[in-house]
Amino acid sequence: MRGFEEHPLPDATDVTGAPRTSLSLALAGSGGAGVMTAGNVLLEAAAIAGYYALMTRSSGPQIRGGEAAAMIRIATQPVECMAGGFDVLAGVDWENVHRFAAEIPLATGALVFGDPDQGEPPPVFLQGGARFESLPLGKIASGLPGGRANMVLLGYLGGLIGLPEDALRLATGRLLGKRPAALDSSLAALAAGRAAVGATGLRRPLAAPPRSRTPRWLLTGNEAAGLGAIKGGVRFVAAYPITPATELLEWLSPALNEVGGVLVQAEDELASINMIVGSSFGGVPSLTATSGPGLALMMESIGLAVAAEIPIVVVDVMRVGPSTGIPTKSEQGDLNIAIFGLHGDAPHLVLAPNSVGDCLQTACWAVQLAESLQAPAIMLSDQFLGQARAAIDRPRDPDVGAARLTATAGIESYRRYALTSSGVSPMAIPGSAGATYTADGLEHTERGTPSSQAADHSAQLAKRRRKLEQRDYGVLWADIEGEGELAIVTFGSCTGPLREALASLRTGGRRIRLISLRLLAPLQCARLAKALAGVRRLLVVEQNESGQLYRYLKSECPLPTRTESLCRPGGQQFNPGELEQLIADWSRE
Amino acid sequence: MSNRHPTVPRSTEEFMAQACALEAEAAARYAELAELMTTHNNRDVAALFAKLARIEGLHRDKILAKMGWTVAPDPDAFRWTTPEGPETTDPGELHYLMTPWHALKLAEHNEERAADFFEALSRADVPAEVRAEAAETAAEEREHVRLIRQWLERVPEPGADWGEDADPPVAAD
Amino acid sequence: MSEQAAVPVPGDFKSDVKPVWCPGCGDFGVLNAMAKAMARLALRPEQVAVVSGIGCSSRIPAYTSCYGFHGVHGRALPTGTGLKLARPDLTVIVTGGDGDGYSIGGNHFLHACRRNVDLTYIVMDNRVYGMTKGQPSPTTETHWTSKLAPHGTGLNEFHPMAIALAAGANFIARGFTGDPNGLADILVQAITTPGFSFVEVLSPCVTFRPEQKDWKKTVRAGNLASTADPVLAAREIFADDGMNLGVLYAGERPPYQPPVGAAQRPPADLEAQFAL
Repeated sequence: MRGFEEHPLPDATDVTGAPRTSLSLALAGSGGAGVMTAGNVLLEAAAIAGYYALMTRSSGPQIRGGEAAAMIRIATQPVECMAGGFDVLAGVDWENVHRFAAEIPLATGALVFGDPDQGEPPPVFLQGGARFESLPLGKIASGLPGGRANMVLLGYLGGLIGLPEDALRLATGRLLGKRPAALDSSLAALAAGRAAVGATGLRRPLAAPPRSRTPRWLLTGNEAAGLGAIKGGVRFVAAYPITPATELLEWLSPALNEVGGVLVQAEDELASINMIVGSSFGGVPSLTATSGPGLALMMESIGLAVAAEIPIVVVDVMRVGPSTGIPTKSEQGDLNIAIFGLHGDAPHLVLAPNSVGDCLQTACWAVQLAESLQAPAIMLSDQFLGQARAAIDRPRDPDVGAARLTATAGIESYRRYALTSSGVSPMAIPGSAGATYTADGLEHTERGTPSSQAADHSAQLAKRRRKLEQRDYGVLWADIEGEGELAIVTFGSCTGPLREALASLRTGGRRIRLISLRLLAPLQCARLAKALAGVRRLLVVEQNESGQLYRYLKSECPLPTRTESLCRPGGQQFNPGELEQLIADWSRE
Repeated sequence: MSNRHPTVPRSTEEFMAQACALEAEAAARYAELAELMTTHNNRDVAALFAKLARIEGLHRDKILAKMGWTVAPDPDAFRWTTPEGPETTDPGELHYLMTPWHALKLAEHNEERAADFFEALSRADVPAEVRAEAAETAAEEREHVRLIRQWLERVPEPGADWGEDADPPVAAD
Repeated sequence: MSEQAAVPVPGDFKSDVKPVWCPGCGDFGVLNAMAKAMARLALRPEQVAVVSGIGCSSRIPAYTSCYGFHGVHGRALPTGTGLKLARPDLTVIVTGGDGDGYSIGGNHFLHACRRNVDLTYIVMDNRVYGMTKGQPSPTTETHWTSKLAPHGTGLNEFHPMAIALAAGANFIARGFTGDPNGLADILVQAITTPGFSFVEVLSPCVTFRPEQKDWKKTVRAGNLASTADPVLAAREIFADDGMNLGVLYAGERPPYQPPVGAAQRPPADLEAQFAL
């Protein structure tokens, strides 16, 4: 079998010891063990050493002290998802760690490390033949002043997988450097852990990182989205905290301050959406971020922005629904409400980033589209993308160009909603003399005066539809990769594992096209048809129970006769291995 | 707080009821806190609270046996000079990373308050039989204080960083 | 658990679901006080409904053995109102935090006070959004810094008891989780007083506001007027520093309870009006 490019999973039959190009570790422990911090240091150290990497987390329902797991994947080329199995599971302790068993499937030949003083690992982790090795973490830690077991473990794992010591020291300094005493004891614990690495190593060590160093970034999707919004021009945010969008707001708050913008915490989502409609009416590109429950509340005023033609961006970091659902897990269940949630005929923009890095570009594009089309844009990110922390190639600077078409001052009988051929009519910004108008959710004439005339209604509906449909969305509407008579359409975080699965299938000679839609509304049916030219069979892959994208595409676009749905509810991400199997089976039918 | 009208026993029977309720409430509270600490993965303190719950339960049962009662009087029927029974741990004093030493300091505080309560009662304007019982019980509580202090000597004192958790809180909802 | 006919004890009102509140959380005191109050009133768990929104304190319904409703953020009051209006025979207790109740729930708070339906509203106020990890709430002090408000909120704190009084709540009190017996006394009075009974409870957050542990040194028990005169109550609450415990106001407004269709005429009787 080949290296990572084709086969990311460790292969059980390969006993040659050839270096692996991807390694997955899970660190687990309970309250006070500092598992998340250790995971973050490991991630950062891997990134400093030149690896690509990705980290996700899972925790119990307790706000503090609960059982926690940090999952890290380290690779010699970009990774956008977790692998199908973990090669290493290390427990600082095992309190309630069995609850993560479904999220930490162990690969064949996996190693499980634990402190003998903390008892046996839960049997579920050893059932698949994983090998257990004991590490006296507590004993080593207690021999050092201020020594902590998690840092000893970190030093050990870093040495085991071959991360350079100074990368670990540097990462530790960055994350724990605020208190010098804590830093010293952490570094000592790291060293002690590394010294404990004995002869038993990984059967297949981690390959060296790529020699040529492209500029790299370490960030979460939420942070990338925030930066993208600022690059797109957003300078006003009003929002209400909600898991898993809160971190996006907490990153934006000081960041906006730096660039001359402002973030306000509103009393709820109704206030948030109405505040940004107001600020945008005032001429300032504006944004809010929320999750499913909040988006549901915002529907009325998103419709107001459609009717009054006011640009706004609403980021929905999707979580498992319906209702309160599972706030800490990912799902792609808000497609329906994003597209169909507004009452009346209210065309608007819906976009979806498909990787952590893509959150930057897509957020920027969402702002530009909203501004230039004077319409609301809903960006469907999700909990996986939003909260995963990844070491990636520095995202390319998004093209910043399109801006709001504004009316110059002193126009004779200014018609805010003039029926232009493009559908976009110049928008007067308060402060411009001689162009005052009243924005209205009521249907209106070209002047903006409320109208109950059917003719005005038809004309304005057509205008609002025309401006979106006639726009040339360029190349960003979708990522189209590969060729073949079989194709897969998807969006969002399903893209990562699909890319990996298809890369693997490609080496086996199977050619399958992948189309990851970035623009979900207005749906680019003609372009999709072109991208599907020659495709005999199509599979629509998504992470929700009812096949929302599948039904949407089937109802709107011409598709190959044999179009099927592969959908699964949220709560657990697709992994490349299982997708490879499912797609292989599907392709053979 | 809520100490405007503390319950004052007027007979041996009333005293025993109050003393029994005191132990019963303390035992029930230790048991609740043991479960809470288990939920937060602090096994050592959970085990210690469970042990204290058993010990208080024995004190309660001793009074039940002496009086021939089957069910402890409802602690809620009494008022104290403290917010709850003098031997009842204030749940606000807990920390998920607390050590057995901290738990025993709470227990010591509880036993001291109980001893103070009974000592004050032994000097109060109550029937002589009540004063006598109170004095005897006060002496028992002082003995409990001594035992807790002995126990304290056997557990390590927490280091300066006992409450440090490198990980931030998590959002669950 | 006591027998059917026996005198209820607080333990009868607690379920065996283990609370996930942080050790040190004030909300335990509220759970205990609620259980004590319900036992003292000899309520039956199946006759009580505990309705909540979203947040740490909104987890409380499952920790009681009563009927519970864990709804969406900020809407516990209308949910409880609907329940009580349709089922006046039930004892309805609405619970939640300061974010749920005074921020997103603010509008419903105003109207619940005004409507004066016979229910009890307990707000566990820790002056922070705990569940989402530490944002300011409407009762957060102006100077308190957080990630979303790094220089403090710059806003005056919400004054729930003054607002409740102005909006027409019939019973207004303040309790403290460090005084569970005192709080239980207040809850007994709140539940038995007809109309909308609002109990603001100071409930320290050990994780995000550890300094609130000092509240037990600064609260003053039994220090509110317990008057039926709203003017007196208004003067008192505007001079109040937030640390006085007890009943502020206990009025005489009859509760709002439209009669649930006393007459039982068949629907067919309604047809006559349309017949030509």
